[in-house]
Amino acid sequence: MKESIQYKIFKVFNTIILLLIVFLTLYPFINVVAQSFSSEAYINSGKVSLFPRGFNVETYKTVIKDTMFWTNYKNTVIYTVVGTAISMVLTTMFAYALSKKRLIGRRPLTLFAVFTMFFNGGLIPNYVLINSLGMANTMWAIVLPGAISIYNMLIMKSFFENMPDELEEAASIDGLNQYGILLKIILPLSKAVIATMILFYAVAYWNSWFSAFLYLDQKELFPVTIYLRNMIAGATSGMNSGATSADNLTQIAANIKSVTMVLTILPILTIYPFVQKYFVTGVMLGSVK
Amino acid sequence: METDVVRSHTAAGTVQTARKSKLAIASAKIRKDWQLYTLLILPIIYLLIFKYGPMVGNVIAFRRFMPGGNIYGEEWVGLHYFNMFINDPVFWNVFKNTLMLGGLGLLFTFPMPIIFALLLNEVKSRKFKKFVQTASYLPHFLSIVIIAGMILQLTAINGSINALVEFFTGSKITFMQQAEWFRTIYISSEIWQGMGWGAILYLAALTTIDDSLYEAAKIDGANRWKQTLHITIPGILPTIVTLLILNIGSFMAVGFEKVLLLYNPLTYETSDVISTYLYRIGLESNNFSYATAIGLFESLIGLILVLTANSISRKLTERSLW
Repeated sequence: MKESIQYKIFKVFNTIILLLIVFLTLYPFINVVAQSFSSEAYINSGKVSLFPRGFNVETYKTVIKDTMFWTNYKNTVIYTVVGTAISMVLTTMFAYALSKKRLIGRRPLTLFAVFTMFFNGGLIPNYVLINSLGMANTMWAIVLPGAISIYNMLIMKSFFENMPDELEEAASIDGLNQYGILLKIILPLSKAVIATMILFYAVAYWNSWFSAFLYLDQKELFPVTIYLRNMIAGATSGMNSGATSADNLTQIAANIKSVTMVLTILPILTIYPFVQKYFVTGVMLGSVK
Repeated sequence: METDVVRSHTAAGTVQTARKSKLAIASAKIRKDWQLYTLLILPIIYLLIFKYGPMVGNVIAFRRFMPGGNIYGEEWVGLHYFNMFINDPVFWNVFKNTLMLGGLGLLFTFPMPIIFALLLNEVKSRKFKKFVQTASYLPHFLSIVIIAGMILQLTAINGSINALVEFFTGSKITFMQQAEWFRTIYISSEIWQGMGWGAILYLAALTTIDDSLYEAAKIDGANRWKQTLHITIPGILPTIVTLLILNIGSFMAVGFEKVLLLYNPLTYETSDVISTYLYRIGLESNNFSYATAIGLFESLIGLILVLTANSISRKLTERSLW
């Protein structure tokens, strides 16, 4: 069937609109990269948009030489790896046990977990708790309080529920116990959901900053997001509440901020094209529970 | 198992024996399956300490709390702290700001993924569609610190937005220092962050629409616009309704971290929300009990909204969160 003239016109406009959306979505990224390679003078006169002006890589050299940046970057990697590992172990155990229909108390336990999605203790009681547990200024304040995401747990649970019961029956006839069944039969068959969950957790830990902001005061423990936040807050000259220390009051050059941002998002940008399909899978799994 | 229960009913005739044998069956089941139950130990301890612990900690909203003292407070003061915020004009301003940011945010951000999904649905080339989608998801994966950094950079006096503003008006705007701009900036950036990602569920719903409906409509002479109105939109309507209700349920949960990173005293008039206000009261002025009372009030409203939204969703669309 032939397309009408109006529909052809619409399709041209549609393509233009979508390209415009892509451009607007990517513009802030392009702008940050352009600024990171530009000289201070051009940025301050507002002349850098899509392409670097006064091209230089000196700023990269300056930031790369800052040992605190790398200490903080290393912390981010450690918190991400340790946090993701803890989260995966706890989430898998919880999801697997709750996925078994024969589990006594399955429904109340699920409700017990789901309730925490909609009602939480709030900022201050959490702060008091973490401090009274002596976790302030340790990695545990970053990786333990959010160890199980109930949303992720429910995705995994519904994935396990869809596995045929015969798997478990066959395995137990072969003499495997529950741990063996989970480790040797179920998990190898769940690679897709495990990859998705690892990515969900890893991105969340990589990006997190607020718990570090609340519980860590020693620069050596900061993740790179706090390094960046202090830099950003400093540039608005201590007006932001929370930006108090004296070194924040000095103006930090815009190109240094841009370089730091580029270096922080670089790992995410590099793996993003290869892993984004797992995220989409995760969202889909989450919606059908 | 059932015959067991029935027999103890008829033979002994007491409920007690029935209960006993039920317990015996349960404990036999647990013993046989004990390994499965051991998997629950750590997650339950986790939930009790890190999720239910702070809920109990809310008791300090009703008790006087001394930093460094008992974590459950020193003495009962009843509703003292609740009376305090009800009579606090700043509280009502931040309450209004929360409603405004949440409400306007919902109004402007909610339709965007739907429109975006409908536009994408008209794209025939799979490659182009994939490219647009991949680009549009990207902001979703960034740290809020990076997003705030980008917003500050774009709205800066020498930033790209001001370059445009200057081109058209000849003057510049100090966006982040003016209270009247905060909502616009906040909501535009929400759209930027969430439009692509939010479209995923709609795009999935679009693929489930039966192609034969379109074929039939074409034979009846319906053009693409009519097909969109009468087939496509009704096809994704259940998804729209469900997501709308759930979004209404969580609209009070304004992005605390983003506001905290973007606001400053010059914009408090519009930017300060309940969560940032209680953050300052609690952690900057060390008034823990007062801040907890405000937080508890906010959480309770949030809980009521979610529960209401969920029960409405269950009635209307037979879909709910649990």
